Amino acid sequence: MNDFGNYILLFFIAAVLLAGLFRKIPVFNAFLDGAKGGIETAVKLLPSLLALLFAVNLLTASDIMEYIVTSLSPIFEKLQYPAEVLPLCLLSPISGSGSLSAFQSLLTEYGADSYIGRVASVIAGSTETTFYAIAVYYGSVGIKKIRHTAFAALCADCTSFLLAALFVRLFFD
Amino acid sequence: MMNILWSVLVLISIVFSIMYATVADTAVAVFSAAQEAVELTLKMLGMFCFWDGIMEIAQRGGVTDCIQKLLSPLLNILFPNHKNDASVKSAIAMNMTANILGLGNAATPLGLEAMRRLKVHAHCKDAATNDMIRFVVLNTASIRLIPTTVAMLRFEAGSLAPMEILPVSAIVSLLSCSVGLLICRAAERFWHE
Repeated sequence: MNDFGNYILLFFIAAVLLAGLFRKIPVFNAFLDGAKGGIETAVKLLPSLLALLFAVNLLTASDIMEYIVTSLSPIFEKLQYPAEVLPLCLLSPISGSGSLSAFQSLLTEYGADSYIGRVASVIAGSTETTFYAIAVYYGSVGIKKIRHTAFAALCADCTSFLLAALFVRLFFD
Repeated sequence: MMNILWSVLVLISIVFSIMYATVADTAVAVFSAAQEAVELTLKMLGMFCFWDGIMEIAQRGGVTDCIQKLLSPLLNILFPNHKNDASVKSAIAMNMTANILGLGNAATPLGLEAMRRLKVHAHCKDAATNDMIRFVVLNTASIRLIPTTVAMLRFEAGSLAPMEILPVSAIVSLLSCSVGLLICRAAERFWHE
């Protein structure tokens, strides 16, 4: 079961390769041609990545997250939302590694099969690092005016947070 | 937008670190960002080259075409402006396939290719088009049907059924993605290209 993702990966690569061979493509040369393009893409992203990581690192180092979590917790408890997952919710749009460690600490503290563990799993499974994606996708093509992208993306994230708590309750209780 | 967001984030953090005496940690964070950005770029460099190489084979071997035709009905609804543009549609289709299968590493380089092809049709060179925004939201809200990483972490944390969250997580990710796209549609009316 745990190898599931690995199987998909290897099957996908094998399928692509076989299709190429079947059509009598020079697969090795095609691979080199394609790979060349990756260099420029990755290097061009450095400035936007640096700008993003700079802001995110400052944000996580300044303890502002803890402050927001403690001040919001009572409100969310009143709404019967599990306030324990708030750190994960706040970190998930901005930091991939940060949300991963928040997720893992929730799993160890409350157990993977507890209500909180399941809600955290659904949140981690249905969200991406929103601001990282925005920085990388727009940075690569030199777009500066992102219009309503961040708003729409964050609304989608909030939907995930709320529905995770609701649906886990509906499915597992 | 990015200008304001970015400066507010940085300034708030600095004010907070002074108020709560975490100045030392925050100062370290400034320089660690530079190092992390380079490390991340190096990691991506290898990944991007690898997946771009595989994709070139997929393209010439006809796999891309096949997937694009498969997802075409969905793509026509999401990106009606590119109904007859196989090049844009195939790049988006490959990115979506990688997301759905949980191949996160592949999704980014494929998505960037789609962004390049979308940009060809943009009238304004530095503003995002409606289609670009929809596409980015589609990626930030990621329709992920198989949460492989999460299942692995659950297994490591001693879960008796690591995959049991799959139906819930698939439904939640589909719904949140729909909400994001609906908001895009609504915002497009007020916030013209």
